[in-house]
Amino acid sequence: MASPDIPNQNDVLRTVDGIPLKTALATASRRARIRAFLLVVPLLVFILLTFAVPIGQMLSRSFTDDKFSANMVELGKWFDANGKAAPDEAAYAALAADLKTSAEDRSAGNVGTRINYELPGTRSLFTSAARKARNLEPPFKEAILALDPQWARADLWAAMRSASAPATLNFYQAALDRQIGADGEFEAAPENTQIYVKLFIRTFVMSIVITGLCLLLGFPIAHLLAILPLRHASLLMILVLLPFWTSLLVRTTSWMVLLQTQGVINDLLVWLHIVSDGGRLEMMYNQTGTIIAMTHILLPFMILPLYSVMKTIPPSYARAARSLGATSWTTFRRIYLPQTISGIGAGGILCFILAVGYYITPALVGGADGTLISNQIAFHMQKSLNWSLAAALAGMLLVAVLILYWAYDRIIGIDNMKLG
Amino acid sequence: MKKLLILSTALSTFAFGASAQEVVLMSWGGAYGKSQTEAYLKPFTAETGIKTTMVDADNPATPVKAMVEANNVTVDVVDIEYADAIRLCDEGLLETLDPAILPDGADGTPAMDDFLPGAVTDCSAATIVFSTMYAYDTTKFPNGGPKTMADFFDIQKFPGKRGLRKGAKANLEMALMADGVPAADVYATLETDAGVDKAFAMLDKIKADTVWWEAGAQPPQLLADGEVSMSTAYNGRIFAAAVAEGKPFESVWDGQVYEYDVLAVPKGAKNKDVAMQFIAYATGTQRLADQAKYIAYGPARKSSGPLVGLYEDGKTEMAPYMPTSAANLTNALASDFEFWADHDTQLNERFNSWLLN
Amino acid sequence: MALPIYADPLERAWYYSYRVICALIFIFLIAPILIIMPLSFNYQPYFTFSPEMLRLDPDAYSLRWYDNLLTFGMSAPDALRDSSWWSDVWHNAKWVQAAKNSIIVGFFATIVATVLGTIAAMGLSRPEMPFRKLIMAILISPMIVPIIITATGLFFFYSDIGLSGTYFGLIMAHATLGIPFVIITVTATMMGFDRSLIRAAQNMGAGPVTTFFKVQLPLITPGVVSGGLFAFVTSFDEVVVVLFVGSHEQQTIPRQMWNGIREQISPSILAVATILVIFSICLLTVVELLRRRSERLRGVTPS
Repeated sequence: MASPDIPNQNDVLRTVDGIPLKTALATASRRARIRAFLLVVPLLVFILLTFAVPIGQMLSRSFTDDKFSANMVELGKWFDANGKAAPDEAAYAALAADLKTSAEDRSAGNVGTRINYELPGTRSLFTSAARKARNLEPPFKEAILALDPQWARADLWAAMRSASAPATLNFYQAALDRQIGADGEFEAAPENTQIYVKLFIRTFVMSIVITGLCLLLGFPIAHLLAILPLRHASLLMILVLLPFWTSLLVRTTSWMVLLQTQGVINDLLVWLHIVSDGGRLEMMYNQTGTIIAMTHILLPFMILPLYSVMKTIPPSYARAARSLGATSWTTFRRIYLPQTISGIGAGGILCFILAVGYYITPALVGGADGTLISNQIAFHMQKSLNWSLAAALAGMLLVAVLILYWAYDRIIGIDNMKLG
Repeated sequence: MKKLLILSTALSTFAFGASAQEVVLMSWGGAYGKSQTEAYLKPFTAETGIKTTMVDADNPATPVKAMVEANNVTVDVVDIEYADAIRLCDEGLLETLDPAILPDGADGTPAMDDFLPGAVTDCSAATIVFSTMYAYDTTKFPNGGPKTMADFFDIQKFPGKRGLRKGAKANLEMALMADGVPAADVYATLETDAGVDKAFAMLDKIKADTVWWEAGAQPPQLLADGEVSMSTAYNGRIFAAAVAEGKPFESVWDGQVYEYDVLAVPKGAKNKDVAMQFIAYATGTQRLADQAKYIAYGPARKSSGPLVGLYEDGKTEMAPYMPTSAANLTNALASDFEFWADHDTQLNERFNSWLLN
Repeated sequence: MALPIYADPLERAWYYSYRVICALIFIFLIAPILIIMPLSFNYQPYFTFSPEMLRLDPDAYSLRWYDNLLTFGMSAPDALRDSSWWSDVWHNAKWVQAAKNSIIVGFFATIVATVLGTIAAMGLSRPEMPFRKLIMAILISPMIVPIIITATGLFFFYSDIGLSGTYFGLIMAHATLGIPFVIITVTATMMGFDRSLIRAAQNMGAGPVTTFFKVQLPLITPGVVSGGLFAFVTSFDEVVVVLFVGSHEQQTIPRQMWNGIREQISPSILAVATILVIFSICLLTVVELLRRRSERLRGVTPS
């Protein structure tokens, strides 16, 4: 209701209800925003529950491991009280008590496994000591050292101290090929056990090669599709979309059939006398196989964004350049190529992101040197069961992918992602 | 007493409808899985009415730990290697097995005397003796194939791709034996760092020419596809491919590494009681003898030996294909379970970084 | 684009060689998918064309690997092929079980993904949507995050809450993976949607519900359906999550294929692959028809 006693009421525009128009509009737009947001809420909650929470929970494992701390209680107390002091008789007594308990509740294997992560080769120290722990008599220091003199190692005690708290950054250190040294500080692991940094590098290098090949093969195709009359282009487009819609396992199987030593390609080469029957090429169970199959699988992800950009480039620019005297090469380099940059960026980053995290194809055709970091994560998840290390590697991969994703969003914009 | 308990469980199973119970066995698939289906699962279901399911894994020991630790045990019985059974039992990941439930031999020998030495442990009972040996494709070597373990590592003399299991176990032993270390000294050598280095140095010689396999069914396939000219394999798989499918594969027993394979129940299995009942049933004299009808693995009971006859084709004598037959044991190594229970993790780590470097 | 008349000989040469290069790349794209089809009819258990096959000798071709798909896992494969044989196929054949599981999981995952995704896309396509970019980025992330990370996360999470080895858990996981595809396709359709149509409908007295069903829905249906198809294919093709969170009861087609490829690529795998390729050709046709329908509805010149 308009109320006459409010001064300067004519200074601002008001609705019939007497509310200043600015406020009313703000309310209305806020309500619209809330309504829009409410539509998204169910899905956000869903994604949070089935995606964000599981991944977050998994990553939290990369910072904790209580296999040692939960089972070696007495020793934990000693470390709390004495810090970095050299182990005395009390420490060995605590160790002996813990070993006894761990033998009873069969946890020595777990305890040893935890320390073995830090110091390879020490697991058996714990399991064999636990087996004999029942017979340990004071003085414990001598008794334990009699079992195995390795118990006096300073790095072993440093590793145990480090493992006596469940929270740790050690798994990230391990994922960077570092381990606890004799002085209890982290140092580079011996040359022959360094693998993760190399594997990350290999993953990135192979992804770059695959992305580059996709660009090399995708660019001419996208260009051809963009310049052909629509009727022909949409027919040819089917040849791009069919692989896109075909099962990944089917495509990987096809490549296995083609690339085998006794497979179609080798048969063809032998028949054409390009290679001899004895000199059949090895194209599977190595990097070559992974690169060929993955390039094929990711190619549509390069062609589609490139095509959607090239379609919008008016041919008149190129014609203008030609009529002004530019050669066809100059026209391509100076006029056409710069206009396709956003498509190259979109396709390139997308291919690269997908390649970096690839698992199935390398696992099937990669052999020993064609596998990627994802395969190593799966290895630690399923075979070695060092789940915290798997989580740490996954965390590092995730950070890399998210940075690329952020870059994609900044450069291209997620809204511009198109599928077919 | 315990026997009575098991019996009453079995009886109550009959009384209250067997349909609710089932036994899920996780095993190694392929020809070996088939032999177990024929010799254990089918007769077990026929006799008890309890449903049985077979699940395949590359190595059933690895999912066990994941399942138990994640508190999500979906199988009831696992078929695993002896060293893994010791290790998993030490870590409390397997249910303990009461030896009293194991039936006496068909000839009346008490169960514990009937099983081969060490075949029954706290958590498991052995079914077979299997061997990791190597086999080659005879068509690739028309002028005579390899004869010894050293030949396997000799690329100059016997050119061609090799197939090896992706893991440290058995490979390191074979490498040392190829290097001339007598079988009796292999594990003493591997206890030392220099010995391990020596084994890896030997593996280095063929690393570039090796295709790595993970599932037991892969080596015969790799040989058949011509991807490799010789490969290490579980002896029963080679037998199945050579005898049943007529593939031109020849086994080389020199330097073979043999070991028990056992049945065990993962901690927290849903159908623990029937699972134990199943183990008792499957490790009976006749079951073990029957299994040898389908695959060339030696039964782990003495009383089963005389009952082993011909292969299912009705004409092939099984004895020469068994890892335990005298002719095949001239230069053979019994896998040391204590060594592997202790060093498995560490040597596999070393192996994996070796593989990637 | 035809060859311009002012082209010099070098350009002419390039014009033709360019087309040859493109043809070769198209062969690279499509040949691997087509080559397995004839091979799946090979009578021999090998992956190469035997001389008899190349001579088109009918004896060199057979349906034995397709037959193998039915008999594999049956309790009595050699029995007379009557109704009880077929019932054996239906209840025991491994590939048939796998197909059933794939369809059940795929169907429900698609429903969940499409319903939630479409509702969210309606919100996202409104101009007044707050934090649009950020929310979009979150919703699309299941497509970007490496599948192995998602699978390991779900493995621990589902083990804790007891969803491991359940159909429900698998359906939820697959729905999550399908959602980005629904969001992308449906928002793209909605962006092209003329919002003045909504105001026009409201002007004429239609309520929000009537407007949605009579105006919006018919126009966005093609987008929703193709988003749904994407979600279905994603689930139908997914193997890593199934490997990590599925038990032996949730054996889907890709998982069965995975086992088969790892152990031995028998030509049965090629028979499955051939069926799947035909399946994807059908899907592609549907999507293409939908796209054309959508363009026609929105008044874009049909291509």
